[in-house]
Amino acid sequence: MTAGERATAPGKPNTGRTATADAAQDADRTGGSSLLRVADLSVRIAGLHILQGVSFEVASSGVTVLLGRNGVGKSTTLRAILGLTPRNGAATGSVRLGGEEILGRPTHALVKAGLGFVPEDRCVFAGLTVAENLRLAERTDTPDYDLVFGLFPELSKRAKQRAGSLSGGQQQMLSLGRVLLNPNKLLLIDEPTKGLAPKVVTEVAEALERAAQAVPVLLVEQNLAVVRRLAGDAVVIAAGQVAWTGPGERLLADPALTKSLLAVNAAGGH
Amino acid sequence: MTATPLTLLKRYWPVAAFVALALLPYSGITIPGLFDGPLNSPGALQVLALCLVFGGLAAGYDLLFGRTGLLSFGHALYFALGVYGTDILVTKYGYPLPLAALLAVLFATTIATALGAVALRVHGIAFSMVTLAFGQVGAILVARDPGGLTGGEEGLALNAAGLPDMFVGVVNTVNLYWLALAYLGLVVVVLHRVAQSPTGRVFAGLRDDERRVGVLGLDPYRFKLVSFTLSSSLAALGGVVYLLLAAGASPHVASSDLTLTLLVMVVLGGPGTRFGPVLGGVLFTYLDHRLTDFGGSDAVDSLPGVLAGPLSQPLFVLGTIFILAVYFFPGGLAGLGTRLTAVRRAVTSPPRP
Amino acid sequence: MSTIVLMTVTGLGLAALYFLVASGLSLVFGLADVLNFAHGLFLSVGAYATWWAAGNLPGAGSDGWGFVLAVLFGVVAGTVVAALVELVMIRPLYSRTIEQVLVTVGLSLAGVAALQAGFGADPRPFPRPSWTQQVVTLAGARVPLDRLLLIVAALVVLGLLLAFLRWTRYGLIIRAGVENREMVTALGIDVRKAFTLVFAIGGAAAALAGALSGVYFGSVSPTSGASLLIFAFIVVVIGGMGSVLGSAVAAVAVGLLQQFVNYYGTSGAGDICVVALLAVVLLWRPAGLAGKAATA
Repeated sequence: MTAGERATAPGKPNTGRTATADAAQDADRTGGSSLLRVADLSVRIAGLHILQGVSFEVASSGVTVLLGRNGVGKSTTLRAILGLTPRNGAATGSVRLGGEEILGRPTHALVKAGLGFVPEDRCVFAGLTVAENLRLAERTDTPDYDLVFGLFPELSKRAKQRAGSLSGGQQQMLSLGRVLLNPNKLLLIDEPTKGLAPKVVTEVAEALERAAQAVPVLLVEQNLAVVRRLAGDAVVIAAGQVAWTGPGERLLADPALTKSLLAVNAAGGH
Repeated sequence: MTATPLTLLKRYWPVAAFVALALLPYSGITIPGLFDGPLNSPGALQVLALCLVFGGLAAGYDLLFGRTGLLSFGHALYFALGVYGTDILVTKYGYPLPLAALLAVLFATTIATALGAVALRVHGIAFSMVTLAFGQVGAILVARDPGGLTGGEEGLALNAAGLPDMFVGVVNTVNLYWLALAYLGLVVVVLHRVAQSPTGRVFAGLRDDERRVGVLGLDPYRFKLVSFTLSSSLAALGGVVYLLLAAGASPHVASSDLTLTLLVMVVLGGPGTRFGPVLGGVLFTYLDHRLTDFGGSDAVDSLPGVLAGPLSQPLFVLGTIFILAVYFFPGGLAGLGTRLTAVRRAVTSPPRP
Repeated sequence: MSTIVLMTVTGLGLAALYFLVASGLSLVFGLADVLNFAHGLFLSVGAYATWWAAGNLPGAGSDGWGFVLAVLFGVVAGTVVAALVELVMIRPLYSRTIEQVLVTVGLSLAGVAALQAGFGADPRPFPRPSWTQQVVTLAGARVPLDRLLLIVAALVVLGLLLAFLRWTRYGLIIRAGVENREMVTALGIDVRKAFTLVFAIGGAAAALAGALSGVYFGSVSPTSGASLLIFAFIVVVIGGMGSVLGSAVAAVAVGLLQQFVNYYGTSGAGDICVVALLAVVLLWRPAGLAGKAATA
């Protein structure tokens, strides 16, 4: 088995213990160049074991993509990292940011410390204007409006419009813009192209590509065309566990593997 | 498993407790400090009967709150319909008591079905507020004395001439005591049967996660309405017993404070447990009664004013206890029991190798 | 005609009281998900503190600037009590909604009992400036000034609240938090600081309502908060939780409906109509008139 490619047959998921062992191997392999290290992360919500010992790493540059079929726990992973596990749930394990344990710290403190979060379904404040949405997100005295309006000129044109009246694509730009105003150590972005028209998907992907040049990204994405364009490393989750990790190219280059892990045909683009 | 006396006791202690309570009026024991007279004196029996009625009412309210997860602030309405409905039919229209009680409970059940059908259209806290508003209508109606029926602020004394002899007069307090005990027993049995039934399991499902019930293809709305209606009829029945005990109706029974009191009883006792709410209701009623005496006692009067003032208010003491209980004993008295059991097990069981 | 004017002004005066209580209740519920039964206590604290200050606080009195000072004292007392309640009692139960409601229920029971212990269960005559008892002629009707005082006070509070929500950073946080509290924290904002603030604001408005209801009714009693509170709850549900403007509109609807039906129908019928209005609104729009959004 080559380094960086350790497939576990889907349907025969590895146990929490081997996942931890994998994580240890990962640490050896990457030799500390990773920014975020998730080890043996388990999440239970309302008695259901959603994540069962997930371990992976996020490199200190570029885009790490979190892949998997619907409902395998990708969003749960992002939310658990950020301390957004619901009250009837609990997250255990370890999440280290630059060597520091962050699991269990309050969300607002983590975000202030530099974890920018772009949630699934955008979550813009519909009753607030675009300008107000952005103003609310400022965490620094020198918010980078040049960057945001440079990436998304639409936002400056529509500053006084209520966010609820924006199109899905514009809302996604606003949601990304809110995060990009501030300096970040890592961006956690959840399905930014979900439900968008193909042309808008391309725009968002471009913006993500530019953002990723400045700051590392952990991205949950279903659209393989976007993954192909952005991905450095890929982490595939199946049934609450890590089923495969390795370079994204290798995953996409192997139609059989892609099909078995993601139940999609990679050759067909998005 | 062999039926040792201990396992028998564990299994049948509720029955044993019930029998003991039923036989209690035949004992002349005096418990100094707890009751002023011997246990079978009319005064003590009256207090005990009130405790039992509120034990039953709290348990009935818990069917909504602890077992179905519905926080209603309008439960007093159905209790008041039992109290005032029976009172008005007996006193104003000369109906015989059983018929009046039956009609009042049926009426309360009908109203509960209708209002529940509206209130359950909304969820969570909004449901609580709507029930509060409906309950307030009851309180307003009682206070405004429509057609001279309710007696307004004065309340409406029960016309003893319309009652069976067995419920009239101080010497017959013991019969009221037994009636209250029967009511409590009925509520406990009904709730137990419901909890064991498929319907009861749906109630528990609604409390834990309503969506899962919906996924099973069951209509949460209908089950909630069943719970609401059943709980309300039990409250109305309790109202009938309370009316006989209090020998009349007073506007307090329709107030939102009464519902809040029931909520306090349930939370103190342990929501969703078999006997917790009963215990909470009994204990709260007893304390409320004793603290009223205690507040007027010399012991309190001799305290400095800052302490004596609040301590002379039973609701101040009980409200404070309640708040502390929410923080420190989330499972109520019943939860306290299981915690102690856990501690005892941890202490007594030999350490595992 | 003059009766209608008088009824309208009286109904609006009542609406003003409802709004003062409901606006805070609505913000607290919209932002923090706390159904605050202790809100009536803040009102009573405001009323009793004003009453006490008018008789005992140096410089305060029952007329002129002395009365303003007394009311100010009452408002400060209500604000402080509300902020303390949030910090000490609500905050440790963060996001445990039912427990928070239970604590406020316990607080409302114990608080009323404590007031009874301190000031007696019977209503106390409330000091009111003599000018509030005078009447002015308005569109042919003789209207008592106390009602106009209520309306003006409510309008001022409404204006201040809307300006605060519209133009300040905390106003922005509150409006966003009412919509989606989790997302506010995910932007790096500690939303709990805003909780204390809305409790304090709600406490201030309720305390002002307490002082003004003392002026209006001429007396203050430990349970006066509770009866206003129930109608304020209804206003909050009709107006939509979290919406200040919704509360204002709903308060006017409730106040006028209650006043007119109680006058032209039998006494008490207006109160029942209000509950019927609530039922109709809920069946029609379960989220209330404004939905769940802090309007600014």
